[in-house]
Amino acid sequence: MDLGMDLGPHAAFIWSAYGITVLVLAGLIAWLVLDGRTQERRLTGLAARGVKRRSDRPSSS
Amino acid sequence: MQTVAQRLANPTRFMDLSSRVLPWVAGVAAATIGYGLYLSFFVAPPDYQQGETVRIMFIHVPSAWLAMWGYMLIAVSSFGLLVFRHPLADVSAKAAAPIGAVFTFLALVTGSLWGRPTWGTYWVWDARLTSVLILFFLYLGLIALRSSIEDETLAGKLTAVLALVGIVMLPIIKFSVEWGNTLHQPASILRAGGPSIDPSILTPLLVMALGFTVMFGALHLKAMRNEILRRRVKALQMAEVERAQAGRLAAAE
Repeated sequence: MDLGMDLGPHAAFIWSAYGITVLVLAGLIAWLVLDGRTQERRLTGLAARGVKRRSDRPSSS
Repeated sequence: MQTVAQRLANPTRFMDLSSRVLPWVAGVAAATIGYGLYLSFFVAPPDYQQGETVRIMFIHVPSAWLAMWGYMLIAVSSFGLLVFRHPLADVSAKAAAPIGAVFTFLALVTGSLWGRPTWGTYWVWDARLTSVLILFFLYLGLIALRSSIEDETLAGKLTAVLALVGIVMLPIIKFSVEWGNTLHQPASILRAGGPSIDPSILTPLLVMALGFTVMFGALHLKAMRNEILRRRVKALQMAEVERAQAGRLAAAE
């Protein structure tokens, strides 16, 4: 992979550094997004069973 | 008059505000990093000594800065938990740990890949590299300690104490290049007398550092939101169990 750029004899080190950074950060972002979805799905499931936070319940007055 | 920290002490208010702010922060981070990458590959010239490998600096240095700033954030949050008992301080500390660990890992790996063509070796056990490796293990230790304790409140307090003790690593890392023998170059940006890097290379570096910092902010906000949701799920699950037990007791009577 050179994307049309000549990065000299050490191009492999440069591309490896950028490649690993992109992969690791993409993994972190994916983990955070999936974790958020999991928690929201659990909250929705609990709400469907009638288990809600006090602030989410309709006022009795 | 309430301070910003006091106003954000309410998790519900934090969730409302962060849901509106997060897309903008993420967008600014993506745009800044995109511009930084353009400058890094198409504008910045090769270094007169290091040649093209200087381009690794544009990701290595921001990662290394965020490795330390991430730990500083954990330490400040831990202080906020132990001293002010701020409701979101523990959430902030817990959320920042894996993100800080990731940036420390990236600083180590990209530094190693930069070191091979520059120094002729991937690794040396000198003060700078070893102290950053210890910081990485410290992050892992914080994560492991917290996950090994069931009681969330106790886990938060014990982790906060360890985080505050571990802050001693930050000045050691910062000054390790001046105190001991090292292959690592001394500070060339945050130094007395101003940066010693040519503006043609300094500008892409600062743009990438800004982009990475804003990205760290976006990741931290998202991780804090996840942690608040996780705690709500846990509280509701416990309430559900208690309600079921109360129902069984009532039926038995």
